[in-house]
Amino acid sequence: MIEIFSKNVSGMTEKLSRSTIAIAGCGGIGSNVAVSLVRAGIGKLIIADMDIIEASNLNRQYFFIEEIGKTKVLTLKSRLENINPDCEIISYHKELTRDDVSGIFSGADIMIEAFDKAESKQWLIEEWGFLYPDKPIISGNGLSGCGNFESIKIRQVGNIYFCGDGVTSFEIGLCSARVAIVSNIQANLAIELIMNSK
Amino acid sequence: MDTITVNGNIIEWKDGMTVRGILTVMKYSFRMLIVKINGEIVKKEYYETRTVPKGAEVNVIHLMSGG
Repeated sequence: MIEIFSKNVSGMTEKLSRSTIAIAGCGGIGSNVAVSLVRAGIGKLIIADMDIIEASNLNRQYFFIEEIGKTKVLTLKSRLENINPDCEIISYHKELTRDDVSGIFSGADIMIEAFDKAESKQWLIEEWGFLYPDKPIISGNGLSGCGNFESIKIRQVGNIYFCGDGVTSFEIGLCSARVAIVSNIQANLAIELIMNSK
Repeated sequence: MDTITVNGNIIEWKDGMTVRGILTVMKYSFRMLIVKINGEIVKKEYYETRTVPKGAEVNVIHLMSGG
């Protein structure tokens, strides 16, 4: 484990290894965020998703062609364990509901909102913000289209962080690079919040 | 004139003003929103009934699909 993180920023490995992050959704946002967090040295991830990998996911999600038809969450778990076997990965293959915020996600220090539908984003942010107003939730909000990097920003409202351009929706299409940029802004912010915490 | 602040814009406050009333005044027709009043989350089922106090700071964020 020490060798994996020998190039890490000083003090980062120790702090991240003691932290737990939840990721709701393992698609374009979730799969990219999870890989970055495990490579950074996060100690524990709680990941959940109900979907199966489809061909149309491969333009932006961290999966391979031979994995089509497999469950996203278990495939991602296997991938993450192959990066750092010492990272504890708790996985749930299920349709998520509001009750999961006080259930399977209750032990997390930070929530990554990684859903695709705005309806799902809404209930997750509402429930997390209501139950855990002192714990950060980092949402991906507006990552469709391509280019236009200057429009991507972080909007903070208390402990809710909205990453993205805030205006683009999936109907215009999704591009690998832009989804990965926003995902990694979310991952980077989560790491920063942990590093700045006591 | 009594006021509240909505996303940095100062608007007139009226007694009994609800979250729904603010959304109407601001012409926010988007269905998927996050609303905070003075830092506190207001769930969507309370938009019609939750009143907003004088001088409140209100944040309304539009949620976009895609991920």
